[in-house]
Amino acid sequence: MRSRLTLFAPPEPSLRWVAVWRRNWLVWRRLAVPSILGNLADPLIMLFALGYGLGAVLGEIGGTSYFAFLASGFVCSATMFAATFESLFSAFSRMHVQRTWEAIVNAPMTLDDVLAGECAWAATKALAAGACMLLIVASFGYASAAAAAAALPVVVLVGLAFAAVGLAINALANGYDFFSYYMTLVLTPMLMLSGIFFPIEQLPAAVQAIAKALPLYHGVAVVRPLLQGEIAGAAALHLAVLAAYAIVGFYVALILTRRRLLK
Amino acid sequence: MSILSARALRKSYGALEVVSGVDLEVKPGECFGLLGPNGAGKTTTLKLCLGLTHPDSGSIELLGEPVPARARQARARVGVVPQFDNLDPDFTVTENLLVYARYFGLDAKRMRPRVPALLEFAGLAGRGDARIGTLSGGMKRRLTLARALVNEPQLVIMDEPTTGLDPQARHLIWERLRRLTQEGTTLLLTTHFMEEAERLCHRLAIMDHGRIITQGTPRDLIAQHIEPQVVEVHGPGYEAWMARARHLAARVERAGDTVFCYAEDVEPVLKDLAGNHDLVYLHRPANLEDVFLKLTGRDLRD
Repeated sequence: MRSRLTLFAPPEPSLRWVAVWRRNWLVWRRLAVPSILGNLADPLIMLFALGYGLGAVLGEIGGTSYFAFLASGFVCSATMFAATFESLFSAFSRMHVQRTWEAIVNAPMTLDDVLAGECAWAATKALAAGACMLLIVASFGYASAAAAAAALPVVVLVGLAFAAVGLAINALANGYDFFSYYMTLVLTPMLMLSGIFFPIEQLPAAVQAIAKALPLYHGVAVVRPLLQGEIAGAAALHLAVLAAYAIVGFYVALILTRRRLLK
Repeated sequence: MSILSARALRKSYGALEVVSGVDLEVKPGECFGLLGPNGAGKTTTLKLCLGLTHPDSGSIELLGEPVPARARQARARVGVVPQFDNLDPDFTVTENLLVYARYFGLDAKRMRPRVPALLEFAGLAGRGDARIGTLSGGMKRRLTLARALVNEPQLVIMDEPTTGLDPQARHLIWERLRRLTQEGTTLLLTTHFMEEAERLCHRLAIMDHGRIITQGTPRDLIAQHIEPQVVEVHGPGYEAWMARARHLAARVERAGDTVFCYAEDVEPVLKDLAGNHDLVYLHRPANLEDVFLKLTGRDLRD
């Protein structure tokens, strides 16, 4: 009975989670340059190929150039992928392969601290990726510097949502291969359905409903207008969905990780 | 005051009860050993004492703090050497100590001056900038021990501290552990090396099937549970000889192709063997391993 209650106890991270974040930061610091170049190069290649190539055929979309349309979507998808990779593959290495988390909880730390630190860290890397995309968008003149800066907090929220969900998936994994299910069955369809490449109004109503239940759509729905200097109509609702994914995702991740490690 | 006191601990995983009513008392300054075959419940008992898993029933007090309720506060004054190395491969030797100290709230400013002494303790002086991957198994274990000391703990808990090490590396660890007890640090370790327990531990408990079968000083346990002399016999015809041996020694046991004769006085056994040139024998005083095997049986535990 007692163990059951502990499993579902609400998260109670202490400020020590910063030490977990800091550990990951110290490791990443050395690899920062290649990591940031990767953050820039990957979406840039896609953006130029699709934005200029496909954009020439498509012309304007939703009142802007296809390049601008796509770029604002890529801000969110780059953020999603960065948060996901960190909370799946990298976190799994630390949790399972290197047993780093086990070492940490032998100190006066709890799994709540560890997960809070990991979630914040994955969101930090997501922020770096999102910020790189915003820099590209702004430097090509598709958004003002102020609009790009205003999108940063939204990028953080998207990062936290995908970090939390990623950590929940991580707690269920029995190996790196497990993550291909999540990537192929969840992330790739989400990428296609969430209004990154085309407006979701093109989709049948039922499919639109699915897209609207997923977090990525809500990020795009806020960031895209924001970069054009507008506030989305239902911005509060979109942000609330993202926050809900972050909060519920974190709680579920914590329960699953406790179940896995506090045996 | 005791350093660690556990009462009537129970813990089940599904239908399997791994810890079934364990009482433990570790006193200040002693080295206490928890012995048992694989799967006896040693590691789970340690996890319970650290508050890393919660007991189904029973109570634990670690350094005056109730566990698991205030396990975090208790762990602030405990060092842990886990069974599997989990040094951080992304950092150097020194960085491992500095990063780990952060988890205790100790920043680099307070920690850095203490690093040279910890490296010296680990026998890694001058290797501070080495990567973890370049260290030998013994070096890693010593670094893990040094890492457990970053918070100057009152108690160090070790799960099989020398498993997988060669004799040289093992002796060096033993020497360091003795140094710790001489400096007043209390030690709690699990092991299945009887030699280790006999050399290091002031008191020990033998555990099997989730229960503590017996506890006491190594000397007392040997005196209490076993005849003081042993003759081990093997070679062609040992089976026939075993029937005769039953009249010569107080207790005769067989494990594989070896016969163990236990007695207060083994002269009759030795005299009989002197005339038998086929059998190979070894006469030795009884040790903790004999006690252990008598109490936990000779069957394989996998």
